[in-house]
Amino acid sequence: MPPPVRRIAVDRDPQIVPARQLPNGSAIAPAPAGEARRRGERPDPASVIERMRVESVWLAYGENWVVRDVTLPVRRGEVLALIGASGSGKTTLLRSLNRLTEITAGGARAGRITLDGQEIHELEVNDLRRRVSMVFQQPNPFPMSIYDNVAYALAEQRPPRGRRRRRTPELEEATEDALRRAGLWEEVAGDLDRSALRLSGGQQQRLCIARALAAEPEVLLLDAHCAALDPISTATIEELIVSLRDSVAIVIVTHNLQQAFRVADHVAFMHLGELVEYGSSVQVFDRPSQQRTRDYISGAFG
Amino acid sequence: MEAGGLVAAPSPPVAVRPGRQSTAAWPLADRIGYWLCWATGVALCLIAVGIVVFMLVKGISYLRPALFVEHPSASLHQSQSGGFLDPIEGTLIITAIGTLIAAPTGVALAVWMSEYGRPTPLARAVESAIDVIAGVPSIVLAIFGLLVFSESFLGFLSQNAANGSVYGRSFFAAGIIMSLIALPLIVGSTREALTQIPDRVREASYALGKSRASTIRWVLLPSIRPDIASGIALGMGRIIGDTAIITILLGFTLTTQGVGHAPVLGTLRGTGSTLTSYVYYNSPAGEGNAPQKAYAAAFVLLMLVLLLNALVTRLTVGRSSNRVGLLRVLGFWRLPWTR
Amino acid sequence: MQRRSGRREDQRAERTLGALAVGLLVLIGAIVVTVFVNAWPSFSSNGLSWFGPGGDVRTQLTAMQDSTPLPGHSLEYFRAWPLIWGTLLTTVLAVALALIVSTLAAIFLTEFAPPSVRRALEPVIRLLAGVPSVVYGLIGILALAPLINQHLISNGRRESVAGVVQLNGADLTTATVILAVMITPIMVALIAGALASVPAPWREGSMALGVNRWRTIVRVSLRTARPAIVAATVLATARALGEAIMLSMVSGGSPFAANPLDGLTFLFEPVQPLAATIVRQAEGLTIAALAHTVYAMSAVLLVSAALLSFAGWAAKQPLKRYGIRA
Repeated sequence: MPPPVRRIAVDRDPQIVPARQLPNGSAIAPAPAGEARRRGERPDPASVIERMRVESVWLAYGENWVVRDVTLPVRRGEVLALIGASGSGKTTLLRSLNRLTEITAGGARAGRITLDGQEIHELEVNDLRRRVSMVFQQPNPFPMSIYDNVAYALAEQRPPRGRRRRRTPELEEATEDALRRAGLWEEVAGDLDRSALRLSGGQQQRLCIARALAAEPEVLLLDAHCAALDPISTATIEELIVSLRDSVAIVIVTHNLQQAFRVADHVAFMHLGELVEYGSSVQVFDRPSQQRTRDYISGAFG
Repeated sequence: MEAGGLVAAPSPPVAVRPGRQSTAAWPLADRIGYWLCWATGVALCLIAVGIVVFMLVKGISYLRPALFVEHPSASLHQSQSGGFLDPIEGTLIITAIGTLIAAPTGVALAVWMSEYGRPTPLARAVESAIDVIAGVPSIVLAIFGLLVFSESFLGFLSQNAANGSVYGRSFFAAGIIMSLIALPLIVGSTREALTQIPDRVREASYALGKSRASTIRWVLLPSIRPDIASGIALGMGRIIGDTAIITILLGFTLTTQGVGHAPVLGTLRGTGSTLTSYVYYNSPAGEGNAPQKAYAAAFVLLMLVLLLNALVTRLTVGRSSNRVGLLRVLGFWRLPWTR
Repeated sequence: MQRRSGRREDQRAERTLGALAVGLLVLIGAIVVTVFVNAWPSFSSNGLSWFGPGGDVRTQLTAMQDSTPLPGHSLEYFRAWPLIWGTLLTTVLAVALALIVSTLAAIFLTEFAPPSVRRALEPVIRLLAGVPSVVYGLIGILALAPLINQHLISNGRRESVAGVVQLNGADLTTATVILAVMITPIMVALIAGALASVPAPWREGSMALGVNRWRTIVRVSLRTARPAIVAATVLATARALGEAIMLSMVSGGSPFAANPLDGLTFLFEPVQPLAATIVRQAEGLTIAALAHTVYAMSAVLLVSAALLSFAGWAAKQPLKRYGIRA
């Protein structure tokens, strides 16, 4: 049975960006000159702090090198978008940031990934994953109540003095805070014990984001998180991402160039595992320095 | 770092493969759970292998080819108590009767439940009924069988005693009740397989003008023959292994004793023993005290079960019913989590 | 017209098959009615104290066999409490033991075991599940019971209860252990199957939040597998309840109510569950009083099986709220 449809209130109408013709006849997707199309303000360069650094990272599955010699910084205070065609290795790179690549067998790696200067493979893996949280492409709320979903990571984390309690005042407060930050509080505050699976797709994804936020991560990874959602939900979540920018370092992987334009401050274009171009979003979309980037953005391939 | 541009592709470096995740950093309670699981798993493996090896060793050491052809006789000495020809005969007869009754009935019921199934309350009641049969202990079914077959009008199925009372115990009686315990397995396998057939197959057949009965007979059933066969094999396995019904309904003679002079009917109306009751009889719980014979017969039973399991696996290789084959073996006629 | 005759053929088929279905229902009804009708004399002459304690079951049964009523009582006098207590003990202990072992083993199989072990173990479990109960009984009485007799029952213990009952290794412990071994393969297979079907996104999502593997198993996988665990428990309990042959072989020949107040000796006292008693009395069923008593025991087993089914269904209802389909 499909979950009930709920109306979602947003402050601004989502802006559908019309395709415009370039002088040479090919249509490009985003409108580069319209800064008003972007969500939020430009980040203040002084407040941007580097949290993670990817240095010469190679990743393989079996015999194939899926990511080749990529070097990138991840900063708090800005949103980094990884764009590229399918198979470009962007999802694999994202998953390696919190060592999720280790779950599947047969992987190999080389290079360094550091969090605040510490090599992540020397950190305890669960500790790392609490600091670097991930939201997946398909919403995957657990088969529990909304409260239990959001409080999940927190409840596991607080060392039990005696027993693990489900509803302590701290947990309830943290849950409400996370739900507010995710923009879901108004809609679910009435009944937190409802099954999480009864929410609509957009609400479930926001729930997953709230779940990831509840543990106060330092870095948030979002894997094509709006691919399965309608435009209104997508708009709400994009606003949310921009609002989180100042407290959490955010990396998103997206197939949607318009979304990258709307949300990202820095863009990394990957192709067949290699980092083709990295720069601010204005520079990459307006004045890409590589021909391949230009081709991708103009839609020559995808 | 604003520089873009393709890095000149260097050669791939030496890669590090992730090792097994260490549990060193887990809290103590979690580590205890982890090690408990390991301990239990290893213990389970050891016990399982131990049981199999034990039975094999004991069985092979006591098994002689002569046992297969000698009739059993009641004797205090193991060397003189004969073999188990009659019990083998008995097992075959019981399995045959039980399967012959259960197979067509089970398939027919499964077909009705899956293809017709109206009115709906009746269909649900039948489903529950098969649930009930699957859940009732076989000893209770045996008791019921005794009550029924002791009625005088069913005297033709067993022996009539001199004072007019019906003995009520015979191959017929045991075989008929045995069919009840095989029924849920056959119904389950067939029904599961029928559900897996996509509707478009049926629609194609109807579109050609065939009636539903015709479709079932010529299109659906032939395509699920392996599943029906595996269901029957599982039912046979259950029949072969059941002892409770035999002790109540087959009488207590070690050798096959016929009733009357009709060649086949006489035997079927008579009493006898099967491998299972032979093992029971020769164990310390029965009267004969011949553990060696019991081990040998038990070994033969195990081989039969192994054979049937292998048959089931062979039949369902690659088919979707293989996934549930293990559950069928366990007697679960309906999957617990796909209602 | 082919279609018209097809319709008639269909109707005929539907009616025949439907009759078969109705026949099955009639059969179930007949089973219930017949057993209860024939059990009634025993229940009516004993009343509710049929279930209670009072006297020695063995002497009561012997009295019925000899058709000589015990002094002061009718021929049908029977007090089944030792048998009921034996049934409860063996069933509950065996299922509890098997549940813990099976859950841990299932987790091991699905999460921690190397793939080669997993592949090797599946046919072994399948074989063990198909082994006839009489073979388990044989192992119990010829291998396990003497072991317990020699190593775990000291002479002192034997003498302490010598006045009341003989300890010979065929006792509560042997029965419980072999019963648990019998029902474990079923439970392991069911629970392991359910654990393996837990959707990967849930497990991955939990690990991506920094929850370690064990806690993920406990909080996500086990919770999702709960309907299967319930189903496995119900199935195992039904099997344990109705197990007649194996228990009659290993649980000791005397229908004695094992006394927990005896301390550890309690574990080594013989018991005789209901189903095992029925088997042991199989030969005497021509005698009316004995027959009625045995039918009464069957009726109790029948009702327990039905209650068990219902309990299993009821236990799964609350989980449907959270989308754990069962």
